[in-house]
Amino acid sequence: MPTLSLVPPRASTGAGQVDALYGYLLVVGIAMTVLIFVVVVFFALKYRRKSPDEPPPKPIHGSIPLELTWSVIPFLFMLVMFAWGTKLYFDNYTPPRDTLDIYVVGKQWMWKVQYPDGQREINELHVPTGRAVKITLASEDVIHSFFLPAFRLKHDVVPGSYQTFWFQATLPGRYHIFCAEYCGTNHSRMIGWVTVMEPVAYQNWLAGSATGASMAEQGQKLFDQFGCVTCHVTDSQGRCPSLRNVFGNPVQLEDGRTVVANEAYIRESILNPNAKIVKGYKHDVMPVFQGQISEDNLLQLIVYIKSLSASTAAPAKAAATQVQKQ
Amino acid sequence: MSTTLPHAPTEERVNYLNADYGWQSWLFTTDHKRIALLYLFSITAFFFVGGAFAVGMRLNLLRPDGLFQHDTYNKLFTMHGIIMVFFFLVPSIPATLGNFLVPLMIGARDLAFPRINLLSWYIYIVGGVFALTAIVRGGVDTGWTFYAPFSSTYSNTHVILAAIGVFVSGFSSILTGLNFIVTIHKMRAPGMTWGRLPLFVWAHYATSLIQVLGTPVIAITIVLLGLERILHAGIFDPALGGDPVLFQHLFWFYSHPAVYIMILPGMGVISEIIACFSRKAIFGYGFVAFSSVAIAVLGFLVWGHHLFVAGQSMYASMVFSFISFLVAVPSAIKVFNWTATMYRGSISFETPMLYAFGFIGLFTIGGLTGLFLATMAIDVHLTDTYFVIAHFHYVMVGGMVLAFLGGIHFWFPKITGRMYPENWARIAAIIVFVGFNLTFFPQFIVGYLGMPRRYATYAEEFQVLNVLSTAGASILGLGYLIPMIYLAWAWRKGPRAPQNPWHAKGLEWENSPSPPPTFNFDEQPIVTEEAYNYAGEVQVGRH
Repeated sequence: MPTLSLVPPRASTGAGQVDALYGYLLVVGIAMTVLIFVVVVFFALKYRRKSPDEPPPKPIHGSIPLELTWSVIPFLFMLVMFAWGTKLYFDNYTPPRDTLDIYVVGKQWMWKVQYPDGQREINELHVPTGRAVKITLASEDVIHSFFLPAFRLKHDVVPGSYQTFWFQATLPGRYHIFCAEYCGTNHSRMIGWVTVMEPVAYQNWLAGSATGASMAEQGQKLFDQFGCVTCHVTDSQGRCPSLRNVFGNPVQLEDGRTVVANEAYIRESILNPNAKIVKGYKHDVMPVFQGQISEDNLLQLIVYIKSLSASTAAPAKAAATQVQKQ
Repeated sequence: MSTTLPHAPTEERVNYLNADYGWQSWLFTTDHKRIALLYLFSITAFFFVGGAFAVGMRLNLLRPDGLFQHDTYNKLFTMHGIIMVFFFLVPSIPATLGNFLVPLMIGARDLAFPRINLLSWYIYIVGGVFALTAIVRGGVDTGWTFYAPFSSTYSNTHVILAAIGVFVSGFSSILTGLNFIVTIHKMRAPGMTWGRLPLFVWAHYATSLIQVLGTPVIAITIVLLGLERILHAGIFDPALGGDPVLFQHLFWFYSHPAVYIMILPGMGVISEIIACFSRKAIFGYGFVAFSSVAIAVLGFLVWGHHLFVAGQSMYASMVFSFISFLVAVPSAIKVFNWTATMYRGSISFETPMLYAFGFIGLFTIGGLTGLFLATMAIDVHLTDTYFVIAHFHYVMVGGMVLAFLGGIHFWFPKITGRMYPENWARIAAIIVFVGFNLTFFPQFIVGYLGMPRRYATYAEEFQVLNVLSTAGASILGLGYLIPMIYLAWAWRKGPRAPQNPWHAKGLEWENSPSPPPTFNFDEQPIVTEEAYNYAGEVQVGRH
């Protein structure tokens, strides 16, 4: 890596777009700075006091047209910044429909990465080029921030919730992962590498790191182990609602509201089941799992429950095959 | 009226400094000018404490693998932030120059509540003692932002002591603001209409509104933090049922307006200096005055731009981004009007004016880089990197500290009755300017390259820029020490100052001797002209 470059490597489709906007801001910013600098220096020299008893100059009290000019014109340039920046921001944080999902758990002071096929890594992230990758972030303790400078992206990792963002890598290579939110003693050691690979190389890497059980299979094992299966039987005869075809669909609650069963809803329903009760079911039937289950396991359970929905059936294998198709 | 001609060396007449002697006359004083000096010495001491932590940080960052233990470094940047923000920047200009000058500028004998003014200094000192105790007993490592749940559950350091320090000192800030608001409303001299107020007073009025309305929120936030840390009430920590993003909303609801508490008074100082050394009325007085109020009001509506990557709703982020651009407009208006004031002026280059030039340049860069952070997609990359550090220091050091130094030099003859050595002061101003830029400009670049803030160790490719930054910091440090020495010398040995050495307009110069007597004016001033009437007839204290 060159020692004195002014921009980090550009390794995603978004990086170039952010750099273009940055370029616009730099041009406007430098033009304004130079303008003010030149005018101030020019006035200072031209109107310098030539003798100590120079008569005081005539006052100029102001000018409405000038005030409007130097309020409105800069504001128009700022409106472009606002609109452009907002568009890019919405793009960066709104994942497309079909993504390769990777799960990242932050804890003091490491990044734990899980892949749908069950591979696991610490402080390393492998992604293929040419495919939209969605990162889901969870924290086991304090707030962290998952920062990928080569992709011009970061997102805070907020305990108690899932945060997501996505990117499409373009340039194979190894790039920094930094924790950007101060998280205690070894904050500056909570770093790692993202490796961008060509699809074929990525496929080989996945095969070489396979562990046997996909995330969904591991989730299914937990589903049995925690006894979930005894009530959440797969037909709708149990004491608790069936979980087949729940994920991604609307759920009617006993208080009349309807919510969409997304990751946040499933997470809450596992950790604190009484928060939202499905219409027709009772309070206090299911034990509270808050503090009983690790973030890693929770993600596996969610991936399993996702896999029970027709629309996202067998996500793990599907993701792998789609990579192969590239 | 005035019995002394502007140029005649002043006799050592009875003034606020020699009216009384002994420590009681200082520690029990209710004279706003003496209280201003109590504050001046206290904040200067805190400035050098905070500066010492910065020296430690810059030394550590000379090498990618650091010099100190990680915990030590984490405490250094935390205590640098806490001391500089809460015990230097917030009170810096309002409690010193503002305290000294607001009554003099509006033609009042003192602030509305002199005893509350003294109380505010004692509260500030009590808060400072808590913060210093936290430091002496081993320090704090949460960052000055105290983000939960790290601060409430995970940190093993003296969080509560430091938080009490911030909590307590906040009340000093509220009382100062309250005092200014009442004083400016009720104690203006006959003829001192709102349209004739010096812009320094307008800036302090706007600042006071933020102090009174914003500071209670940080107090509440700290109480909630304490409840969670001590009693494990679930407010911010999700493991206890709380919401960590709530803390950030509450914290920035105060702390973003607080950056305007820190910069607005500096803008007031710059308006006075530019008018005086251009010998000209401020261009667009009304726009400059109301832009202070606009900044104060809009400043309350932009806190969410600190949360673009924190999991806040995208639509909320969009609104906060838009208002953040709006607040840039009144700041730009000020810069343009100061520049236009110099047009066809009669400009001289004494030290205060050099600091004003520095302020315009550095504040412009600080303001424009703020636009990068208001632009959401750019902020995603830049937030929590050194770019933010550079931006913040361009505004707070390049802006506020330069304005403070400019103001101290400008009113030094008024405060002490002595002149400072002009050549030394000019050299120091240039050293500060050069050292500042060398320290902080490389941080914009290393920030865009991706170096996160609060890193005790860093990737090797960032070393060159960090070494440049440390080199700059040593020059900047020298630039701070030189004025300490010559100002201390000039206070005792400097040549006596005439009442109005700069031929400045304003009641503090034209109607009150240097140094002023305890009750400021020998006779009640009556105001018959606009502020900055440099072109008008010289009317010293006319009745």
